[in-house]
Amino acid sequence: MNKVMTMREAISRFVHDGDLVVIEGFTHLICFAAAHEIIRQKRRDLTLCRLTPDLIYDQLIAAGCARKLIFSWAGNPGLGSLHALRRAVERAEPAPLELEEYSHFGLVARMSAGAANLPFWPLRNYRGSDLPAVNPQIRTVECPYTGEALATVPALNPDVTIVHAQRADASGDTQIWGLYGVQKEAAFAAKRVIVVVEEIVEESVIRADPNRTVFPGFIVDAVVHEPWGAHPSYAQGYYDRDNEYYVAWDEQSRETERLERWFKEWVYGVADRAEYVKRLGSETVARLSAKPRISAGVNYGY
Amino acid sequence: MRAARELHDGDVVFVGIGLPNLACNLARATHAPNLVLIYESGAVGAKPERLPVSIGDPALVTDSLGVASMSEVFQWYLQGGRIQVGFLGGAQIDRFGNINSTVIGPYAHPKVRLPGSGGACEIAIHAKRVIVVAPLSARTFPKDVDFLTSPGQVNKYGTRRSLDLPGGGPVRIVTDVGILAPSLEDGELELVAIYPGVKAEDVKQKVGWPLRVRRDLVTVEPPSAEELHLLRDVLDPDHLYL
Repeated sequence: MNKVMTMREAISRFVHDGDLVVIEGFTHLICFAAAHEIIRQKRRDLTLCRLTPDLIYDQLIAAGCARKLIFSWAGNPGLGSLHALRRAVERAEPAPLELEEYSHFGLVARMSAGAANLPFWPLRNYRGSDLPAVNPQIRTVECPYTGEALATVPALNPDVTIVHAQRADASGDTQIWGLYGVQKEAAFAAKRVIVVVEEIVEESVIRADPNRTVFPGFIVDAVVHEPWGAHPSYAQGYYDRDNEYYVAWDEQSRETERLERWFKEWVYGVADRAEYVKRLGSETVARLSAKPRISAGVNYGY
Repeated sequence: MRAARELHDGDVVFVGIGLPNLACNLARATHAPNLVLIYESGAVGAKPERLPVSIGDPALVTDSLGVASMSEVFQWYLQGGRIQVGFLGGAQIDRFGNINSTVIGPYAHPKVRLPGSGGACEIAIHAKRVIVVAPLSARTFPKDVDFLTSPGQVNKYGTRRSLDLPGGGPVRIVTDVGILAPSLEDGELELVAIYPGVKAEDVKQKVGWPLRVRRDLVTVEPPSAEELHLLRDVLDPDHLYL
């Protein structure tokens, strides 16, 4: 089944006000293009969940899309705070933001439970930490075999998960290489899945290398073709992380007036990702484009 | 440099960003060529050609031994007991090596909201040894932390033994003036080594509790010319961390 559609159509059909939204990707393959379309379509009251909210959720929070944040590490890596997130938490600007906090392992376990259709996931963690004291969702269960007290976290089942990937075919059979974080768990845990890719390929390309497939098209609702859709994050083999952008965001996001101008230029002022990439300019594109490092194939014959 | 010397050849190390990252790459270039670097992002056996800017840098994947999902990293590698050394830093470290990277002040109304645990809580619980890297100051080393993100040797919930924590917890606190380590009797951090030209009295001023000095206090050898050359010219030529 052909599920290819524009980002505008995918967001308008599958992301609704009040939804629990996961846009995952650990440093790698973070789909900023989807977040920008959510901002353009003015979604409200979203519960946003990600291990590392990163710049992508800082932007969604600054634009007033979020009501609640579920996370495990909230910062601009190597640079310090996420300023829009801090304004929302400390001064309720532009809207108050509820926080629900885990560690990475805890949030990974929540997604594992969600993907496996279990009510919770057990883990050896949190003993000797204050985290359970401030998050009543972190509980314990007695192991029925050993009697050991294990920590538990509840399943997370997003209304929608958005995954950025290197390639997929038109029905959503999706392949990723490089870091894939919790992309698989987040997709299998979700009620609806949007896949955004650098390239749409023939099904035969997927079938020629099945071990690289992270999930099949039958769990996918929409396939969107948006080259450079993860910028300023990166796509292994396509483009590098734009570290200068991450550094610049620290200043960019400190004052709301400057941020308004930024939104006008880079989000409201562009119709889609193609226009964004044009604005990015050929110099930036050349600076970040990946050098080839081709892997030898394997023999799938029998 | 001191942190690098704490690593043994063949150790499997859970690497954080910043100074730990540099320490691991220095160790790999000197006395521990068989160090296996694992990043929480999923890179296993990384051999980065450039100093990674983040723990999810693409250079950690290129030429690595493998890529694991984060679920595998936390469940099989860390909880599975496969990690010998974990590196941690933090905004506050108390006298028992408990680490706070969550909030300064009360949780509901913090004075400063810090990034949070990330993988720190589980690294502190599961790694066989934890090495903490932080510059020494009374603000960073109070008697008690405001929030227990990652358990040290002892805290209000109990000792590592009474809590049945699988890893050894913080065994070395590497600072800019000397090294602290937990006492075998009660787990309280004491000064075990100082750098050339540093006096134990000066170190005592920089922590928020009466710091004990171990009887066999040693003075650490200064970095060799080769180590300095590696650090400044080869591993961190753009001075990202130094």
